Amino acid sequence: MFENLSEKLQRAFKSLRGQGIITEENIGDALREIRVALLEADVNLNVVKELVEHIRIKAIGQEVLTALSPAEQVIKIVRDELMTLLGKDTARFQFASRPPTVILMAGLQGSGKTTTSGKLAAWLQKGGHRPMLVSVDVYRPAAREQLKVVAASIKASLYEGDLKGEAPGSALVERLAKEARREAVNSGCDTLIVDTAGRLHIDEDLMDEMQRLKTLLNPQEILFIADAMTGQDAVRSAEEFHKRLALTGVVLTKMDGDARGGAALSIRQVTGQPVKFIGTGEKPTAFEPFHPDRIVGRILGMGDIMTLIERAEETLDKKKSEDFAKKALSGDGFSLEDFRDQLRQIRKLGSLQSIMKMLPSVGPFQGIQQMADQVDEKQFVRVEAIINSMTPKERNHHEIISGNRRKRIARGSGTSVQEVNQLLRQYAQMRKMFKTAGKGGALQRRLMGTMGGMRGMGR
Amino acid sequence: MIQTLFGSLDEPEKKSIFDRMKQAVSRTRENLEQRIEGIIALTREVDEATLEELEQSLIASDLGVTTTEEILTTLRDHAKRQRIRDGAELRQLLKTEIKAILDQQDRPIRAVSGPQIILLVGVNGTGKTTTAGKLAAVYRSQGKSVLLCAADTFRAAAIEQLEVWSQRSGVELIKSKQGGDPTAVLFDAVQVAKKRNFDVVIVDTAGRLHTKGGLMAELDKMRRITQRLIVDAPHEVLLVMDATTGQNGLQQARLFTESAGVTGIVLTKLDGTAKGGIAVAIARELNLPVRYVGVGEKIEDLLPFDSEAFAESLLGGG
Repeated sequence: MFENLSEKLQRAFKSLRGQGIITEENIGDALREIRVALLEADVNLNVVKELVEHIRIKAIGQEVLTALSPAEQVIKIVRDELMTLLGKDTARFQFASRPPTVILMAGLQGSGKTTTSGKLAAWLQKGGHRPMLVSVDVYRPAAREQLKVVAASIKASLYEGDLKGEAPGSALVERLAKEARREAVNSGCDTLIVDTAGRLHIDEDLMDEMQRLKTLLNPQEILFIADAMTGQDAVRSAEEFHKRLALTGVVLTKMDGDARGGAALSIRQVTGQPVKFIGTGEKPTAFEPFHPDRIVGRILGMGDIMTLIERAEETLDKKKSEDFAKKALSGDGFSLEDFRDQLRQIRKLGSLQSIMKMLPSVGPFQGIQQMADQVDEKQFVRVEAIINSMTPKERNHHEIISGNRRKRIARGSGTSVQEVNQLLRQYAQMRKMFKTAGKGGALQRRLMGTMGGMRGMGR
Repeated sequence: MIQTLFGSLDEPEKKSIFDRMKQAVSRTRENLEQRIEGIIALTREVDEATLEELEQSLIASDLGVTTTEEILTTLRDHAKRQRIRDGAELRQLLKTEIKAILDQQDRPIRAVSGPQIILLVGVNGTGKTTTAGKLAAVYRSQGKSVLLCAADTFRAAAIEQLEVWSQRSGVELIKSKQGGDPTAVLFDAVQVAKKRNFDVVIVDTAGRLHTKGGLMAELDKMRRITQRLIVDAPHEVLLVMDATTGQNGLQQARLFTESAGVTGIVLTKLDGTAKGGIAVAIARELNLPVRYVGVGEKIEDLLPFDSEAFAESLLGGG
């Protein structure tokens, strides 16, 4: 059901095509689709309302540009709005001027605080720091044991402490925290990660305890650990935690699933604090700084096509691409020489797999992401070798490549005649298709222009 | 692959601008007609404001847009036929609708002759281990003999955590070591249960994201292992879901049902402010009943599901 978002937008925007300007009337369908899409991605209802209103104001009165289809134009507005909300830059992690830097981990039950504590420690170790871990979760059975195992697995220091038979409660929590801080100083650790018990934001006693911990430890970072699968309620818990603790950042966990992660927008909106990291798997290394643009693509179900286009525009020789597109779409078609140029350009963009993964999962690219894993990157090399083994004349006049020439080319490139045949066949098909593709959407045309060489790469 | 890169090699069927316009217009017209119909029906009998308010509470409770819209369509229909007069009546009717969706799925738990095998599955951090402990206490209080099985051999200290629960509820625990084969522990537990005539075996499994094919296949394997020892086992496969879960819950339910044959839902952490409305969407689409709700960290905080109270709370009344 999620997969249809881009399609729905395209459809909603179709009625816009051929009209000179975006108006209140003709954008109605599109705004409804955007609203539904954001809600299905678990963005909070009130946040959605505000966003849609912003998008409406920005879109109305805009001239429908010729370079972009109206759909792309509105998608760009949506994207920009979401980016503005999330903050454009990757947020920084705060260190204390005088160590130890104390990091307080806060969140609901089961959001992944203990696992994230371990990952954060591993991340700090990688950056040359000496983190110490301590669990002050004296409530959940075996919670402290869990952190101990996690710490051992990444060889990080752990302050275990001695419960001395003391009953679970805030007094014990505060004692452990205080001792851990002293221990961190004494053993020369420059960071202390304090894993706390999961608690509901409406649990007065435990929220009080959290506030006291904050006063006691004066942490540089108070991270709210939130499950990427959280729905509408994300705003309420985040808001309450922020009100009590003045959070400094958010970690979005379980991002390796297929949740859209709209909660990121909601949490950012109510706390104003940036998402600093995301958890992407069970391994201690499955932890990365957060890039707002990636989650925007994910929330919209669009792959990362904008990044791809931007990267393409930065990396590729624009004039060459345009020339290629013009030639390919015109009556003459493109030559094998042009094709090789394109191929070389595309390889500058990165691996074919990574490119395919950035394409949206709908529309003309349906199913392509699943296929990314089966792609043989070496095909690139082989195709280029085949073209390299041709004479300039052959490259510009493919029709002269006879059976004997094919044999020679195969020998020269270390491939087989079958492979040469296959390439020539695909090239012919491609030429034909490009010529008929001139009527497609502008986005498709642009993509074809920049990525024309990708055809022929597959099997 | 080539074909899919830029669509089919065949000439794409091209729609004329006229066709597209027609399509666009008919779509708009449909919408308009529906809307007008809805408004006429409502201004006569109930107010649109109430309806909008209800829509918002349903979405805010995580029912999702699709489910909410479908429920409201039925509601308008019924409201028209039953000549609903005011907002309060409409609200009552909506509650009945939601309750009906939740109740129609409720199947009685199968009576079994040998040990009853209950598998707890779900994504990470939903409360499977805690639920296993509480569920053991529920069956104990019914006078049944219960065996706990620690088949989460993956997460650090999951076994120790279940051990504490087994002591709290006073039931035996079958376990191995962290990193051990979960299927082997399960096999042992079922064998012990058969030999010593336990009434119930509650199996705690490792949390896993439904998108991880390998881990999902492991659940299927576990299910087959129990079948080898007891033909109609597992008798219950409960998907433990956090009430804060958003629209991804539906996908979780779909994929866990595919691999593990889920028979019901346990909705945990309902003592927070989240309403758990995704359970309604799941009940509608997958015919899965909610069996229990978790409402706290104490051993007695697992309650049988009450559709009436649940529907009331979704509408913001509880």
